[in-house]
Amino acid sequence: MTPKILLDDVHKSFGTRSVLKGISIEVAQSEVIAFIGSSGSGKSTLLRCVNLLESIDDGAIFLDGVDISAPGLNPDPVRQRIGMVFQSFNLFPHMTVLQNVSLAPHKVLGQSKKESESHARELIARLGLSDRADGYPDQLSGGQQQRVAIARSLAMNPEVMLLDEITSALDPELVGEVLDVVRELKSNGMTMLLATHEMGFAKEIADRVCFLHEGQILECSSPAEFFTNPTHQRTQQFLQRVTEAGRL
Amino acid sequence: MVPEMSDHSGTSSLSQDSTQRPLSRRQVFERRQKRRSLLIALASSLAVIGLLVALIPQTPGWYKVKRSFFNGPILDETFPALLRAFVKDIQIFLWCAPCILVLGMLLAICRNVRSPLLFPLRLFAAAYTDIFRGIPVILTILLIGFGVPGLGMDRPWNSPYLWGSVALILAYSSYVSEVFRAGIESIHESQRAGARSLGLSTSQTLRHIIIPQAIRRVIPPLMNDFVSLQKDVALISLIGPIEILRQAGIDKSKYANFTPYVGAAIIFLLLTIPETRFVDHLMSRERRRTSGTAVR
Repeated sequence: MTPKILLDDVHKSFGTRSVLKGISIEVAQSEVIAFIGSSGSGKSTLLRCVNLLESIDDGAIFLDGVDISAPGLNPDPVRQRIGMVFQSFNLFPHMTVLQNVSLAPHKVLGQSKKESESHARELIARLGLSDRADGYPDQLSGGQQQRVAIARSLAMNPEVMLLDEITSALDPELVGEVLDVVRELKSNGMTMLLATHEMGFAKEIADRVCFLHEGQILECSSPAEFFTNPTHQRTQQFLQRVTEAGRL
Repeated sequence: MVPEMSDHSGTSSLSQDSTQRPLSRRQVFERRQKRRSLLIALASSLAVIGLLVALIPQTPGWYKVKRSFFNGPILDETFPALLRAFVKDIQIFLWCAPCILVLGMLLAICRNVRSPLLFPLRLFAAAYTDIFRGIPVILTILLIGFGVPGLGMDRPWNSPYLWGSVALILAYSSYVSEVFRAGIESIHESQRAGARSLGLSTSQTLRHIIIPQAIRRVIPPLMNDFVSLQKDVALISLIGPIEILRQAGIDKSKYANFTPYVGAAIIFLLLTIPETRFVDHLMSRERRRTSGTAVR
């Protein structure tokens, strides 16, 4: 079976700084992969490359067997199929919650305004934000804003979701409400790639956990294996530090 | 630590009714400071104004200046005609302003396009702003106002109103396009990433996400430019139209007295002072909104 997403020897550098040094991974349909690793290990860049927000220097990225990293390819149709949620939400501050969620289906998918808004209201209700639909992002808590951002992505009916440290900017007591949404996505069979610092969550939700170090995937294994029996020395050190910091 | 220092009277009294509790050290200090600033400001203003009022009439030419610039009866007589002429200034302003906004925005967008096909547009926009920002408005008005009607077109295509307005629009749209451009560039890259990740195209992102936010951000500096425009409309008088400055000039010659100019200045101030106050208000509100509290 063709993997949902396939990264083949992906390289990316910013100027002289090499950020991704040959990343290869296969992601099956409905699989959830958690990327962990210290800051600067390339997690965010990796996700941004899959969404084509960054162009890769070498290698290739395939979506359903089609090379989406081909130079000159129009990224817009690809992005419609791949949703992305950012650490800092990136909501549109001049639009209400409803407008944030219904904009892209209306403008990009060509749904009528009414259709896109009723679909958006359903999504907003599903994420428990019905009473906030007509408010502006600034009036919401961080957790609520991040849930709106997820709703905004889901409104495009993506086949894959990229979650880039989506709880890192949240107060600890707000993390749970956002992770609940991700759990629901998984139960619905969404293919997801997530960069995260929430080890407990990675352990719970991921089918595979991958450890990134200096732009390379050092190991990828099931959470049980990964957290109890890491093979690579770097991974052991990282988990050691995380455990000492009380984050596992 | 000194025991008195650790008494957090400042923070504790904030939540309490201040009439019941004695004032905190901070409050006492700030009140005294405020009273002192007020007294100093009052005293220094009075001193300066008093000095001016006392000294200027002592100058040898004062009685002549008073007669030819601040002549009450002449002001009374010429003021109504000045006001009527000022309607013309407002009309010119009102049709120039929307043209300037539209043209300014188009130029700003042109300067932001990255497509190689549209490179000529970008080049044109850059050249346009360079040229019209670099020439004094008054020269643009003279060159266009006298130059274009020289082509010998029939009415209404030789009207100085038309070409004076065109000159103002050219000059001001170049200023305004720079304001818009700064606004567009001030919108954080993450907004673009958010929009593009949803599949919005470059132009959809610009139209629905970037420009609406940019416009909100540049309204105060934009208003500033329009206050200037309000005044610069008077420069059109140089190529013929009888607007307020021209009218004042005519009355000056008629009465051999400069008071009509003072009258015109008063009329401008009646409009521009409220305008600038309003802009200041918008600007300080924007500052408060974006940067929190002021630093002492």
